[in-house]
Amino acid sequence: MSSTTNYILGVYDDEDEVLHAVSEVKSKGIKIEDVFTPFPIHGLDRAVGHERTRLPIAAFMFGVLGLACTLSLISYTMVFDWPMIIGGKDFFALPNWIPVSFEGTVLFTAFGLVITFCISNNLYPGNQPDLLDIRITDDKFVMAINVDKNKKVSADDIKKALKDSGAIEVNVK
Amino acid sequence: MAGHSHFSPANVEEHFEFTSEGKKRVIYAFIAGVVALVLGIYLLSKGEAGGHEVANAGHEAVKAGHEAASEHLSGGAISHQPAAEEHYDWTNRIWANVWLNAVFFTGIAIIGMFFVSLQYLTKSGWSSVMKRVPEAFPKFLYITLPILLLVFFFKGDAIFHWMHHGVTEVGNENYDKIIAGKSGYLNKTFFIARLVGFFALWIGLWTVLRKKSLEEDLIGSTDLFNQMVRISTAFIVVFGASSSMFAWDWVMSIDTHWFSTMFGWYMFSSWHVTGLAVITLTILLLKDKGYMAYVNENHLHDLGKLMFAFSIFWTYVWFEQFLLIYYANMPEEIIYFLERWEGHNKIYKTSEILMVFLNFFFPFLVLMTRDAKRTRIFLKIAAFFIIVGHYIDFYQMIMPGVLGGHAGYGLVEFGMVTVFASAFIYIVSDELTKASLIAKNHPFLPEAVHHDI
Repeated sequence: MSSTTNYILGVYDDEDEVLHAVSEVKSKGIKIEDVFTPFPIHGLDRAVGHERTRLPIAAFMFGVLGLACTLSLISYTMVFDWPMIIGGKDFFALPNWIPVSFEGTVLFTAFGLVITFCISNNLYPGNQPDLLDIRITDDKFVMAINVDKNKKVSADDIKKALKDSGAIEVNVK
Repeated sequence: MAGHSHFSPANVEEHFEFTSEGKKRVIYAFIAGVVALVLGIYLLSKGEAGGHEVANAGHEAVKAGHEAASEHLSGGAISHQPAAEEHYDWTNRIWANVWLNAVFFTGIAIIGMFFVSLQYLTKSGWSSVMKRVPEAFPKFLYITLPILLLVFFFKGDAIFHWMHHGVTEVGNENYDKIIAGKSGYLNKTFFIARLVGFFALWIGLWTVLRKKSLEEDLIGSTDLFNQMVRISTAFIVVFGASSSMFAWDWVMSIDTHWFSTMFGWYMFSSWHVTGLAVITLTILLLKDKGYMAYVNENHLHDLGKLMFAFSIFWTYVWFEQFLLIYYANMPEEIIYFLERWEGHNKIYKTSEILMVFLNFFFPFLVLMTRDAKRTRIFLKIAAFFIIVGHYIDFYQMIMPGVLGGHAGYGLVEFGMVTVFASAFIYIVSDELTKASLIAKNHPFLPEAVHHDI
């Protein structure tokens, strides 16, 4: 997070409270940037209103890519470059190739997905995560509100809304 | 926690009402099926093969049937499949259809028990809101058991090559060394013993499970739950053996010379995915009528995932069976697929292609996305076509061996499947009225009501 962004952070110490606080804060017209929790909470993404991940689309595309690559490899090596007869079948013996194509599809999908996930989440070796509050890795739940994206509501109102919704402390970062 | 629902299972009981209007509709469907069947049989007896699609192929086949068997079977290699040709009698097509539907619907019925057992065995929570639906299915076993027995007793030789007169008798003109070698397993007594024995276990275990389940509604106790887990475990063990053996007995032994070590789970996978589709479709239809409001899109999503996954599983098993045989290319094995692909004037080829499309590509593409699995209409379409696709799958397993070139899709097939399906709907609906649609004292019910994925 760049230092020019202003965040107001509400710190909660109970997952039920933070879940209810989300809808309460949102009902006051405040846009929530994100909620950070030490463990997944059912229904939280929906309450915050996050869009669903587009990873499945990436998965499908990697799958198609893997299928295409494997089929090209087999057909190039077994049909065009050095035609081979195996088991008396045609050169272009598609049924024989299905297991390998399947493996190739799965391999590309799995690797592609992991790499895409890491890139889209800035996960790479040596990356120093920029935590808004170190306690989200322990036992606290933090709701982050981007002040710049909430022009209509004053910072004081945001702080008050957080306090009212049960935050044990409200910080500015 | 996630759902803010105020649904409290303990005080809810929901009873399905099988209205007289509903009954009438099912009975009309049954009568329509019988009419189609009778008309189909009449046309068959006239030699018209009773159906639009078969009008050409069937007619040709009937004519050709009087000629030597090898002539209208391409490949020539099919010479040791003469059973259907030599003994062909137009009534065989009726018995083949009865057998096909009896096997198909027995599968759907017992998968109901298998599904419930699996949920108990794994102590799954999510499915406890809907377990009364599959739990009602095995009632239909009471219908299929006598049908299977009667057809076997009176018309077994029309279906099974190994039951032909004299095939195991040395010196007889029909003597067949290969079949004689299998007669230790494939003989009438042992066949009946397996059929009756396993059915007794199936029905017995289901009856006990059902009884405990209804008792739980009244008193509710974790003791009953634990007892049901034990019954389910016993059933899974029995089913593991019996589903495989029934696959060999009822279907694989039709092509007596041929065998495949993958056949047991090939047929099981076909049964299983059909059963899942029927469970899903039943729940969706009940929801359309306003029942089972507590079954929400999360549960439907899981059912969709199961249908999706087991369609792929079926494809995997079906294809592996094909691939190994295709790769090895041994005459005694490859004949099974040759017969379905290019034998008998290619009358089975379209079904074979259509089956793979309906059972793999269609559910794979339709149910791939999350949204589709949470949308009722997509689930309904997918479930319906999975059922049709697996009917065709069983058709492909049974018909070539029994009827050879005389099979077809006509009024007999349509009528027979309508008769069985409407009987199934009637029996299951009737069984559903006997208990609350929600197992209100199931220990995992609160978890299932708040299922969230």
